[in-house]
Amino acid sequence: MSLQLSRPAPLRQIEDRGGPAQPLLIAKGLRKWFRLSGGLFGRAATVVRAVDDFDLEVKKGETVGIVGESGCGKSTAARLISGITPADEGEVVLDGESFFAPRSRISREQRRAVQMVFQDSASSLNPRMTITETIAFGPRAHGVSRAEARDYALDLLAGVGLPPSRFGERYPVALSGGQRQRVNIARAIAMRPRLLVLDEPVSALDKSVEAQVLNLLVRMREELGLSYVFISHDLNVVRYISDRVIVMYLGQIVEQADAGDLFATPRHPYTRALFASKPSLDPRHRVQVAPLVGDPPDPVNPPSGCRFRTRCPIAEPLCAAAKPPLDIIPGSGDGHRAACWAAIPGSGHSLSANAGVLQ
Amino acid sequence: MHGALSPAADALASEVPPAPQRHQSYLRVVFGRFLRQPIPVIAAVILLAIILAAVGADLVAPHDPFQTRVSRRLAAIGTSDRLLGGDELGRDVLTRLIYGGRISLTMAIVPVAIGLFIGGFLGILAGYAGGRVNMAIMRAMDVFYAFPSILLAVAIAGALGPGLVNGILALSLVFIPPIARMAESVTTQVRGYEYVVAARLSGASTVRILREHVLSNVAGPILVFSSSQVSVSIIAASGLSFLGLGVSPPLADWGLMLSALRQSIYVNPWVAALPGAMIFITSMSFNLVSDGVRKSMEVRR
Amino acid sequence: MLFYIARRLLYSIPIAIGVTLIVFSLVHIAPGDPVSAILPNEATAEMVEQARKDYGLDKPFVVQYAIWLGHAAIGDLGTSIGSGRPVFDEVAGAVGNTVILAISAGLVACIMGFVLGMVAGLWRDRLADHLVSLFTISGVSLPHYWLAILLVIIFSVNLSWLPPLGIGPDTSDGWRPDWAHLQHLILPTIATAAIPMAVIARTMRAAVVDVLDQDFVTTLRAKGLLPRRVLWHVVRNALPTTLAVMGLQLGNMLGGSVLVETVFAWPGTGFLLASAIFQRDLPLLQGTMLVLAMFFVILNLAVDLLQSWTDPRIRRA
Repeated sequence: MSLQLSRPAPLRQIEDRGGPAQPLLIAKGLRKWFRLSGGLFGRAATVVRAVDDFDLEVKKGETVGIVGESGCGKSTAARLISGITPADEGEVVLDGESFFAPRSRISREQRRAVQMVFQDSASSLNPRMTITETIAFGPRAHGVSRAEARDYALDLLAGVGLPPSRFGERYPVALSGGQRQRVNIARAIAMRPRLLVLDEPVSALDKSVEAQVLNLLVRMREELGLSYVFISHDLNVVRYISDRVIVMYLGQIVEQADAGDLFATPRHPYTRALFASKPSLDPRHRVQVAPLVGDPPDPVNPPSGCRFRTRCPIAEPLCAAAKPPLDIIPGSGDGHRAACWAAIPGSGHSLSANAGVLQ
Repeated sequence: MHGALSPAADALASEVPPAPQRHQSYLRVVFGRFLRQPIPVIAAVILLAIILAAVGADLVAPHDPFQTRVSRRLAAIGTSDRLLGGDELGRDVLTRLIYGGRISLTMAIVPVAIGLFIGGFLGILAGYAGGRVNMAIMRAMDVFYAFPSILLAVAIAGALGPGLVNGILALSLVFIPPIARMAESVTTQVRGYEYVVAARLSGASTVRILREHVLSNVAGPILVFSSSQVSVSIIAASGLSFLGLGVSPPLADWGLMLSALRQSIYVNPWVAALPGAMIFITSMSFNLVSDGVRKSMEVRR
Repeated sequence: MLFYIARRLLYSIPIAIGVTLIVFSLVHIAPGDPVSAILPNEATAEMVEQARKDYGLDKPFVVQYAIWLGHAAIGDLGTSIGSGRPVFDEVAGAVGNTVILAISAGLVACIMGFVLGMVAGLWRDRLADHLVSLFTISGVSLPHYWLAILLVIIFSVNLSWLPPLGIGPDTSDGWRPDWAHLQHLILPTIATAAIPMAVIARTMRAAVVDVLDQDFVTTLRAKGLLPRRVLWHVVRNALPTTLAVMGLQLGNMLGGSVLVETVFAWPGTGFLLASAIFQRDLPLLQGTMLVLAMFFVILNLAVDLLQSWTDPRIRRA
């Protein structure tokens, strides 16, 4: 099945400005804190530190996966990157041009370039609109005529595997989870984006359906020249679809590497614990002890220094005193970075001298 | 015509239980469900009768509402030409009840309609804009909420003076805050839904998003709530008339009639009770109907 | 918890200011010259001048408001046009009577509403529930002033059991806890309590049904807890919502008092307000409104704090 539409799309393709060497997206220093109960004038309000110090680079055609537990800030980071939630600090550069800065506005064309696909939930599609209307809404907002937008939407439905003659006039309630996700995807690519930010797109689906949707995403990536930021808590899915992977904990990036590297040699204790907690089908590798102890600490009052130290098996006083920077692991080129004192040679951590050798 | 299909896609397409190609209009579904509830339907019929009688009073009423007749002063219920009795000036109570419906219903419905438009607008604005705008609007509403509603209406109408317009004005101010609050709450909820986020991502203008995505999803609950306020409004509006803050004699209005006939309860008590009965029946019917509408709109998954 | 109280108190202040602002503007929305609104028709030229100076009527709105507020803070609410007495005295005399009625009606409404609601919730869908539902549905649509008149018709006109008017026997100027005065209290209490009782019963029923449906109740029963103990848990969980509604209804009673007191000529603040309106006595109208509104603000505050005290979920916020 091909995504080549039978009619030309009414929206123009967004041109590549920067050339193949220019990263498609650069996010620097993104921070987002949420204020809870309003404070009493001068008194400090309860603040949730959802995302801190977030940097990300996505090359053209690349897929970057983001993994982490619930509440680690992945979804917030996704929304900061796509500019739909304004960050408190930091900036986002799209193909060499400024995309988002705290007091700026995103241009119309840039707005098309970055789209999101959400988890299939009851609220991902407007229950009062047919799926054709839902898909046609975006193009119409950019000046496409009603008739043309409708034809375009029907073509897209066919492209994602939902024959328009049977599905066109349906309301979301008459679709299964996998079908709704296809509609979500069609809605996103109707804008002819260059970057798709997908927030747990297959988490709510049955395994068999998950595979179909993943295959659709992979095929689309090729045919439409898209780049992805793929968020998931499911390590296998992330491994399947990503070129590079970022691991988040409590609002910060703790490790990032090429997918193969990361899964083969995780450097950060949290990443290792995450991988170790995957139950193995091999009876020779039974997991006896739970790799991670305790509950994730409160994002309102994160621990000082390294935020993971309260659950870390190799934490030392140094870890409470200072926050480890996301430094390059020696010997990995620029590819592999981890924010752990034990992985940085000469940091003063008792294991750091052995930074090249892993236990 | 459209893109070719692969067998896998075809298999996917047959996954779900078949749904009707032509989706039944939402309104028709709700209406159908409403009709299946006996009590609200009866209430609706009664309500319709009262409203139609008021509108077509010239055709339906047996006598002239202003025609006084001393010999029929406080006539008992069941008198030959005074079916529901005579009032303190001998006018036909039945006729005046029918004509009175015009003013009483107007004074009850118009303020809620005004509340719906102004309160709904303010609430949706506050809900969608969020932040400071939301706080400013809702705090202003809170100030009005600090008064018991009837007291507020009485005070404002009292200061403005008697009259139909003044009464409607005063009552409108009573209904704007609760409807605004309700609208804000629903809009804030809808704003968080992902399809609204997706709409914002597509770069559509705020007006377009409100019109096509938000409005259709908040209108239902807001309308139902507003309709539930009408039953309160009738009691409040008639209460204002009862205190002399509505229309003036010799116009017919249920609250005014109640107040005037009250002086004569020792002579003919049951005639005095009739205007109040009209208020009660009308209020209850509105209540039951709006309850029925709410139940038929409850989404069943 | 203390922060919550402090925050709630601080939040009430702008509300209270807004309320006083609205009450103050009442005089200004009245048709005609504000001066004529606050002075009797026979006022002499020099009285007019004096009033202009006292209330700063030629100064900007905000200044007038400040002057008025300053007067009000020390208890000077102006002079009633109708009686010539200070408004404060008039209101002070009437407040007590309204409070008596409010307390009496409040007790009846809360207790009866609570019991009826609980019965309806516990015996859901059985006869008791249907009867209570019938009562609550009609109660909510009932005009209290009409109920008052009906009560008078039945009990005073037809049966002559209870007196139709006033707070006590002819020469009485206040309420005393004796049988004669109690008789005068009964009908106004019923008329005032009926609607709140219906609303409280409905809320209580919904709350009880809600709680009964929750899993933890099934767990309690499965543990073998005595029905009486289960009941205690049910009540504890249904209480916060109901308390909030009770508080709200108490406020409504204060408001509705205008109409019921008029019917029974009960000399409370509601009756005072109605006469002020009838006589176009704006200073009295303003003064009474101010006192009533302040009552309501304080009442709301108390209800909020009470609710947070009984509902631990809110306390944590």
